[in-house]
Amino acid sequence: MQIKVNEQYHSFGEKASLGSVRDRIKADADLLIVNGFPASAENVLSNGDQVVLIKRGETPGIEEFDALMTARHTPGVHATVKGATIGIAGVGGLGSAIAIALARTGIGHLIIADFDLVEPSNLNRQQFFIDQIGLPKVYALRDTLARINPHVRVTSCHLRLTPENIAEVFGHAQILVEAFDIAEQKVMLIENFAARFPDRPMVTGSGMAGYGPANTVMTQQVARNLYLCGDATTAAAPGTGLMAPRVGVAAHHQANAVLRLLLGESPDKEGKL
Amino acid sequence: MEIIFNGKAREIQDGICIQELLNQMQLDCMQVVVEHNNNIIPRQRLAETPLKNSDTLEVIHFVGGG
Repeated sequence: MQIKVNEQYHSFGEKASLGSVRDRIKADADLLIVNGFPASAENVLSNGDQVVLIKRGETPGIEEFDALMTARHTPGVHATVKGATIGIAGVGGLGSAIAIALARTGIGHLIIADFDLVEPSNLNRQQFFIDQIGLPKVYALRDTLARINPHVRVTSCHLRLTPENIAEVFGHAQILVEAFDIAEQKVMLIENFAARFPDRPMVTGSGMAGYGPANTVMTQQVARNLYLCGDATTAAAPGTGLMAPRVGVAAHHQANAVLRLLLGESPDKEGKL
Repeated sequence: MEIIFNGKAREIQDGICIQELLNQMQLDCMQVVVEHNNNIIPRQRLAETPLKNSDTLEVIHFVGGG
């Protein structure tokens, strides 16, 4: 029978155990994963199983890295997403967290655009570090993404997005993520991307301020190609701030909506698009 | 005449354009995305897009924060 071990196919006799596969391919492995889930050496394998063998603490070679990093993915997901190009407009509280989630998922290419610099008031919710204060957010985030997954190609655009440059910056993005702070800018981005690319999906965030229940943050289809993540009502305003937990919930709704779109699933409900 | 507004039937004035309807409803067109019969309409075209009987209109209001 054929077993895929660390992204390479190998032949084994019927009823081979996980331990015997480990002993033949990577005897010093101390973390054994079968079809996305940790398993013990006594496990008997079946034809077509996907096995990942990891030695804890070892830095893998570049070829092996993809297989090891995505060992806990649902099988098949990584192969589908690694060819994808996703645009992210704004890399503040929403966009920085979305970019990190998508990089960990193994999306092949991220186009990130933002004019802003990292400042201390960002650090209550945005995925930046003290030693990045003063840097353009798109370059700071690019460096962070490279530390997580060097196989993700990142195109960083340090500029202010306008009606004139949106189609050029995101011309290759098959899905656009709206991750701005200001409502008028969210509308401007969506109108202009839709005018140029009416058949490409957009995933937007609206209503994630404060510390209301996380359960009111939802993903809804609000137009033919527009999915909205948030509670749709709670604005950032005097007396209602923006904080890491609820902004993070909305950001990960957006990242999951992107993943579901790439896998052909409907972002807002069970089942296919 | 009647249109479907955010999923519900709604009686509106005959021959009105989208901009006039938004004005009557006191919606700020800078903070809404308007989808008319499955197409998103840029704000500069709201005043030149008339509504017809049985049209579908989705008006999505956005709030700040991110």
